Amino acid sequence: MIDFNRLWHYLTRYVDNFLLGGIFLLMLIGLVVLYSASGGNLGRISNQIVNIAVALTVMWLMANIPLQQIKRLALPLYIVGIVLLIAVALFGEIHNGARRWLNIGITRIQPSELLKIAVPLMMAWYFDKSEITLRLRDYAGATLILLLPVLLIARQPDLGTALLITASGFYVLYFAGLSWRIMAGLLVSAAAILPLFWTFAMHDYQRKRVLTMLDPSQDPLGAGYHIIQSSIAIGSGGIAGKGWQKGTQSQLDFLPEQSTDFIFAVFSEEFGLIGNGLLLLLYLAVIGRCMIITANAPTQFTRLVAGSITFTFFTYVFVNMGMVSGILPVVGVPLPLISYGGTSLVTMLLGFGILMSIQTHPKLVKT
Amino acid sequence: MNYDVELRNHLKELRSFHIRLAIAAIFVVLLFCLLLARFFYLQVIRSEHYTTLAEANRIAIMPLVPNRGLIFDRNGIALAQNHTTYTLEIIPDKVTNLEAAIEELATLIEITPEDHRRFNKLKRENTRFKSLPIRTRLSDAEVARFAANRYRFPGIEIKARLLRHYPYAELLSHVIGYIGRISDKDLEQLERDNALENYRGSSHIGRIGLEQSYEKELHGITGFEEVEIDVAGRHVRTLSRTPPVAGNDLTLSLDIKLQQAAETAFGDYRGALIAMDPENGEILAFVSKPGFDPNLFVDGIDHLNWRLLNESIDRPLNNRALRGVYPPGSTFKPFMALAGLELGKRTFSYSISDPGYFSLPGSQHRFRDWKPGGHGRVNLHKSLVVSCDTYYYMLAHDLGINNIFSYISQFGFGKRTEIDIPGEVAGLLPSPDWKKKRFNQNWFPGDTISVGIGQGYNLSTPLQLTFATMLLANEGIAYRPHFVKQIHDNKNGQVYAHKAKPMYTLDIKKENMAHVRNALVDVTRPGGTAARAGANAAYTFAGKTGTSQVINIKQGERYNANKINERHRDHALFTAYAPADNPKIVLTVLVENGGSGGSTAAPIARQVLDYFFLGKMPEPLLAGTAGNPQR
Repeated sequence: MIDFNRLWHYLTRYVDNFLLGGIFLLMLIGLVVLYSASGGNLGRISNQIVNIAVALTVMWLMANIPLQQIKRLALPLYIVGIVLLIAVALFGEIHNGARRWLNIGITRIQPSELLKIAVPLMMAWYFDKSEITLRLRDYAGATLILLLPVLLIARQPDLGTALLITASGFYVLYFAGLSWRIMAGLLVSAAAILPLFWTFAMHDYQRKRVLTMLDPSQDPLGAGYHIIQSSIAIGSGGIAGKGWQKGTQSQLDFLPEQSTDFIFAVFSEEFGLIGNGLLLLLYLAVIGRCMIITANAPTQFTRLVAGSITFTFFTYVFVNMGMVSGILPVVGVPLPLISYGGTSLVTMLLGFGILMSIQTHPKLVKT
Repeated sequence: MNYDVELRNHLKELRSFHIRLAIAAIFVVLLFCLLLARFFYLQVIRSEHYTTLAEANRIAIMPLVPNRGLIFDRNGIALAQNHTTYTLEIIPDKVTNLEAAIEELATLIEITPEDHRRFNKLKRENTRFKSLPIRTRLSDAEVARFAANRYRFPGIEIKARLLRHYPYAELLSHVIGYIGRISDKDLEQLERDNALENYRGSSHIGRIGLEQSYEKELHGITGFEEVEIDVAGRHVRTLSRTPPVAGNDLTLSLDIKLQQAAETAFGDYRGALIAMDPENGEILAFVSKPGFDPNLFVDGIDHLNWRLLNESIDRPLNNRALRGVYPPGSTFKPFMALAGLELGKRTFSYSISDPGYFSLPGSQHRFRDWKPGGHGRVNLHKSLVVSCDTYYYMLAHDLGINNIFSYISQFGFGKRTEIDIPGEVAGLLPSPDWKKKRFNQNWFPGDTISVGIGQGYNLSTPLQLTFATMLLANEGIAYRPHFVKQIHDNKNGQVYAHKAKPMYTLDIKKENMAHVRNALVDVTRPGGTAARAGANAAYTFAGKTGTSQVINIKQGERYNANKINERHRDHALFTAYAPADNPKIVLTVLVENGGSGGSTAAPIARQVLDYFFLGKMPEPLLAGTAGNPQR
């Protein structure tokens, strides 16, 4: 006879129930919206359920790995990530004008996804190593660790991912105690570099996206189409929404990418301001729980990793909703836990697995 | 020692960390409030504006699907065309009670359970807003009956659609192939090729044959229409239109009449026949019997028909000419003969005394000649005319497998010909390296002997035999076999013709080539293995008979066609070219379980040649009338 109590205990030993509950609710909402967004396509739903199952397994595995092991993984993971990025630059496959994919025989992988976890781990490991008070040169070193992959990814070009990894690295720097003065300095110099970046480093289509965000009516059939249509979807949803499967914008295929990056517009149209508010609250609850885990994290390393994961998750939510509602330019960022697709889901839940591991493994008492 | 160095103060760090975390938390709440404010702006303050926009007529971009390019034979006869047919289509979302509506519909128009199942499958795979066919190919009477009752069926409409039609059905299934509905896998491939945009609105894509290999030419360029539609998705008016460009038309080198003649000559036999113009590699006829009706696949084949085709013992879905591999048998001998002459192992006058078998030195095993008792004294010329096995056992032994492999592979054995339809297989010209890799075994001297008469591990497709025979007909010049002669570009009205360029030229001594070619002519004359087929021909033709073993005959036993299950009988082969001195056509005939090449395959070839040169329509041969075994 299997002892179900013991099995249950074994399965949930390292799982944070509150966090898991929040994640579950969000993924469930995702399936409900996906059903409507795909016009009742059960194939998509079952695909996404498989994605969810895979991601949950990854999360469970990460949650069961003790922190010391995760820490040991930081350097090798980072090196593998960089090697893969270089391989992409040399032998990668080009799709839609960007070289992002690496064909490894059985399947194609997108190494930039791995770096989303590897970069914060590596930077946190680097800061944690130091026995003495952190000095400016430590921050400079960490910045180099960050910039190497970011530049490689920006070259692909995949500006969205590059920016998100920059954000995840910045959070590590911030929580490691980078002085306020330097951060202010960085902000000013960034503002100064921006025009140069605009003229020399950006591709035409990237410039166009920013311009379109500022004035979508300039290009109503091209890039502005996305923003106009998603604004109409959100706005026409009103306070109470049009009801599940009743959104005309989404059901008549006016929305672009409505199962993936623009799924929030479908949600907004069908559930209205009330739905949006509740969804924001749900995200806030998940982020809040992550922040509590971060605050209780036992070591410098875990604090930095947890902080970075938490706020990167927040960044995803904010950037996606901002983009769909027209206050940020269109960058290909999915709405975490809700958008259709397996890759980002796995990466997200991998991060949550690390957070759970931090929360649930016995904490070493510092002397 | 640097005095600035301080050990880390963990408590201080922790306090600073908590402060920073609190600041970040405030930041999160502020940004969420910003989002909420934006939502409030869009959904409350501007809600009316956006609701008006959403409900007003609006612009949708509708794809205009191009007409698929047509396919013609060399004389302009249509082989694949687009027919207007009427289909009955349902938009599931617009019908309140779908099952009841279909039931009522069935009282007017015949809807088979098969149609119903197919519709349910489509319904599961598509969104509820898409118009899906429940019945295709409505008759005029059915169209009229529905039109009169249309008001009773909101959400159900009759649509005129262009349906691909293959008028020659079975006759050309293995050449033209067919188109089928675009699958998820196709979509992924199209996305990878950056072609997805051009397939917006397209429902079909080339599956096999020319329809697949020339998909890019045939599909055409999708046009776009800007239309106003209302909240219910109904078309209000057209604002602008970029018309589609029809796909390019293909003109094949294939002659449908010759194809029909070949098919008729085959009678009830299974097998393959390829006719090619040796001067440029143009395929004139390409038969794989039995074929199947490609029209069944266009709208998705139903289960029953699929089972019938897939499980048939005759394997009609198998393209024998392109993908069937058979031991080339004695048709391999002319190439062996050239190898012997060119590599200096044989002269014209060298002769052997054939006792009816060959044994390796120090071995008891007898490699038997097809003629018990042997052919007496045999030189190279006679060895081809009577198809003496012993001569080639000895020659193979003298040449050795490495010489055979490197010389014979020049004729295309073991390689793809790169014909312009997909799925070709490479066959097999064995070598010690191959055997090591495949079976992890060493090459034995005995393996070489049977390779010499085209048996053993040897495997070729009828297409490869045609290619190799072309090299005999052309005295060493190779052209790439191809079907498409011309492409008519519907965008600019230009015609692009295929230019035949030799792929390579073999360097073979003139007198050696002439000697072998003379022997091949004598094959079709009295005393030759194809003498009966060659009798009273109005033109000279050269050929070589062959028999391809299906089962092994034990040592000491004899092959007896009457005792063997029909499906285990030998395959009959014949390769030919004509006229012998200035060839205009190269032929390969393979008759599955037809017995011997001379009695079954060569007469079919003769009938096809008679049609080609004299316009005489063949009378079909009857299966099971194989005469005396002759090789």
